[in-house]
Amino acid sequence: MNDSSQTPLLKLSGITKVYPSVVANDGVDLEVSAGEIHAVLGENGAGKSTLMKIIYGVSEPDAGTIHWRGDELSIRSPAHARSLGIGMVFQHFSLFETLTVVENVSLAVPGSLPELSKNIEEAAERFGLMVNPQARVQSLTVGERQRVEILRCILQKPELLVLDEPTSVLPPSGIEQLFKTLKMLAREGYGIIFISHKLDEIRALCDTATILRQGKVTGRVDPKEETNASLTQLMVGRDVEEVRAARATEPGDELLQVVNVNYRPNDPFASSLEQVNLSLRAGEILGIAGVSGNGQQILAKLLAGEVQLPAIDGEILLKGRSIGGDGVISRRQSGLQYIPEERLGRGAVPGMSLAHNGLLTGHLAGLSAKGFISFSGIRNFATSAIDDFDVRCGGHSSEAHSLSGGNLQKFIVGREINLEPEVLIVAQPTWGVDVGAAAAIRKRLLALRDAGVAILVISEELSELFEVCDRLQVMFRGQMSQSVDAVDTDRNRIGLAMTGEFSALGEHKIESVVAHA
Amino acid sequence: MRSIRLEPRAEQSLLASFLVSGSAILLTLLAGSMLFVFYGKSPVAGFHAFFVEPLQTQYGIGEVLLKMTPLLLIAQGLAIGFRARIWNIGAEGQLILGAIAAGTVAIWFETSDSLFLLPGMIIVGALAGMAWAGIAAWLRVTFNANEILVTFMLSNIALQLLYYLVTGPLRDPQGFNFPQSVTFSDAAMFSILLEDTRVSTALIIALVASIAAWIFVRRSMLGYQLIVGGLAPAAAQYAGFSAKRTIWISLLIGGAAAGIAGVGEVSGPLGMLQRNISPGYGYAAIIVAFLGALHPIGIIFSSALMALIYVGGDYARLSIGLPSAVTTIFQGMLLTFYLASSLLLSYKIRFSDPRVAIQRSPAS
Repeated sequence: MNDSSQTPLLKLSGITKVYPSVVANDGVDLEVSAGEIHAVLGENGAGKSTLMKIIYGVSEPDAGTIHWRGDELSIRSPAHARSLGIGMVFQHFSLFETLTVVENVSLAVPGSLPELSKNIEEAAERFGLMVNPQARVQSLTVGERQRVEILRCILQKPELLVLDEPTSVLPPSGIEQLFKTLKMLAREGYGIIFISHKLDEIRALCDTATILRQGKVTGRVDPKEETNASLTQLMVGRDVEEVRAARATEPGDELLQVVNVNYRPNDPFASSLEQVNLSLRAGEILGIAGVSGNGQQILAKLLAGEVQLPAIDGEILLKGRSIGGDGVISRRQSGLQYIPEERLGRGAVPGMSLAHNGLLTGHLAGLSAKGFISFSGIRNFATSAIDDFDVRCGGHSSEAHSLSGGNLQKFIVGREINLEPEVLIVAQPTWGVDVGAAAAIRKRLLALRDAGVAILVISEELSELFEVCDRLQVMFRGQMSQSVDAVDTDRNRIGLAMTGEFSALGEHKIESVVAHA
Repeated sequence: MRSIRLEPRAEQSLLASFLVSGSAILLTLLAGSMLFVFYGKSPVAGFHAFFVEPLQTQYGIGEVLLKMTPLLLIAQGLAIGFRARIWNIGAEGQLILGAIAAGTVAIWFETSDSLFLLPGMIIVGALAGMAWAGIAAWLRVTFNANEILVTFMLSNIALQLLYYLVTGPLRDPQGFNFPQSVTFSDAAMFSILLEDTRVSTALIIALVASIAAWIFVRRSMLGYQLIVGGLAPAAAQYAGFSAKRTIWISLLIGGAAAGIAGVGEVSGPLGMLQRNISPGYGYAAIIVAFLGALHPIGIIFSSALMALIYVGGDYARLSIGLPSAVTTIFQGMLLTFYLASSLLLSYKIRFSDPRVAIQRSPAS
């Protein structure tokens, strides 16, 4: 790459994109050179995703110019972007669920299936992105799907690689591995645009950072010379308060118990649960750590009632009553609410208004009488969730898919909290949520705990788990570790346990069911 | 260099749904005029015969309302299921079963003049339609059998059952071996709504059903659950809305509506059971449902249009000598153009010159 050291690989000047309700990008300039890892930082709704869509040819800018290797052009389509050498790993995955991993890759990368399988396995090995090429995508977890996205992109050998929050589903060791890979690619002359909320990562990895706030560039800095506080300041324009986990009250009654659950889902690629035990008391937060795909999803479904547990496979007790065979609605009526990991399409219906999305679970809170919907009821219910969590949207009539991921998550959390849970199960509460919103959600979880709610947090983010949880258990290949007090352990030990070394947690606490009597 | 591209739409609006229906109708008229030219007729005369002549006499309007009745009723029932993505395409068979069951009651009580005879027949007809659709629902929830195939095949079975009954057990003993039943008593018949026409009070049932459908879709918790199941199955599962119940309710509502439509035919214009009960109302109602954007109000208009095509076909045959198949061709064109236009539901067409697009002002 001889000339490219002078001319930037990609140069955006004055990019503006206006949507009917919002100016998503307002005169944004961005320059990425070959060999550079360039961070784009910003809260949800700051315009990062719009900018990436413009770079990848999904949207056209309303104003501004794009130069690729010095030539002015317009990027007409993702196919055009790929042919130029721009590869993209989206935050929302674009995989065909009914196809296998290798079939999905073959749609974008030429080559025979056996050849590609081999390439996938090699790349997976090299970059630590373990995935079975023959597995069907529908059986993969969110984490595994992202690995497929990254692999597919890398196999296309792009010159510029755009990664939208790639680390959010990787274990600590995986992140290190990915960073090694990205640094290697940069040394070989690739340009990389890296989008992340995790300030530590950006400071460890990136050479330059462009910071966006409300569609405008608020800073262009060398992140290695900045602190988390100064970067946050540029992003949100104010200081974010640290959330503290100090427990105010002693935990109360045992509200949720999982006793010796062995469960094998129908799907051969999904993890089975083996001898899973846990116990959750009123007024405490128990964190389930682990890399996605180790059985957390089926555990959450079994707890929420989306999948019923045959009595022979173990027992789930809610306030002492066996609920393994109950459905979702009966469990919700008993005070167990659930916030799922997928927001769009599961936690919310994309094409429906927030008012109607509130009704999805809010119908249990008197929003319908004698089978008829109360329109004022659903409007008020949605508005209170919107106000409570400062959800940025056009009001209760906004459709769910028009909200950014973080804002939708705030709405869903607000909705479930409005239902006054006694037991709350939260999967990946702040995945892809900006710092400000994440802090608000975590703070709210702690307040709920102090009010006596029993909370189970399933998360892959160690920093989050250590921020909010009183106790931690780790899942690995369907097995559940013993429970440890968060204050008695540290990130290294939990990180080690996430790779299967449960012994790293120490021997001082034995079985979760009896340990906290 | 200008280029045409398809851009995915951010939102699928109701307005867009009606635009799609409008463009399907427009394209059908365009292609229809070419069809008239092909037959050596002037398009003006063709459209006059098709769409104006039926509306010039009270009798003609009556015929349109008569044919609109079953189409409206069936399409309202089907649309509820279609919104939940349950594809009941066997309304024709459910209509026939409703007709058979109600007809059997009428024949059994041949001499009755009870006021309860017709209401009883309506209930029996609805239950028979539900039972026929219920077979498909049961097979779907138990064996995951595709309801499209099952409902369609059940329609053929229903037709054979009708043929058997009107040539055997239910045949009029004094009917000179014609394949038809005795004529129903007056108590088994809908009364005439408009004088000098064949429009019966079944039309009122269809209009009431439309209002009920509108309330069900918009106001009821059950209707909401069905729509969630259609839009986002994972969200329905998350909320604990039973997928099995969605299948049952969707098919049963469609079956009940079609069954009542069958009663409306045998207790209305026909007055007896015979081999030909419906000129494909159950299939045409599928087109009607989509053309009406699956919206209870839209379906009122689309059923009127479809009825006009049925009647207009007869007029066109009589006054300018077009073959009767023209009606079927018009129906087919409507469906084809609807499917083609519905691409516009998820995509919008953009004509763009890339360089101009880049420099356009942000105010657009």
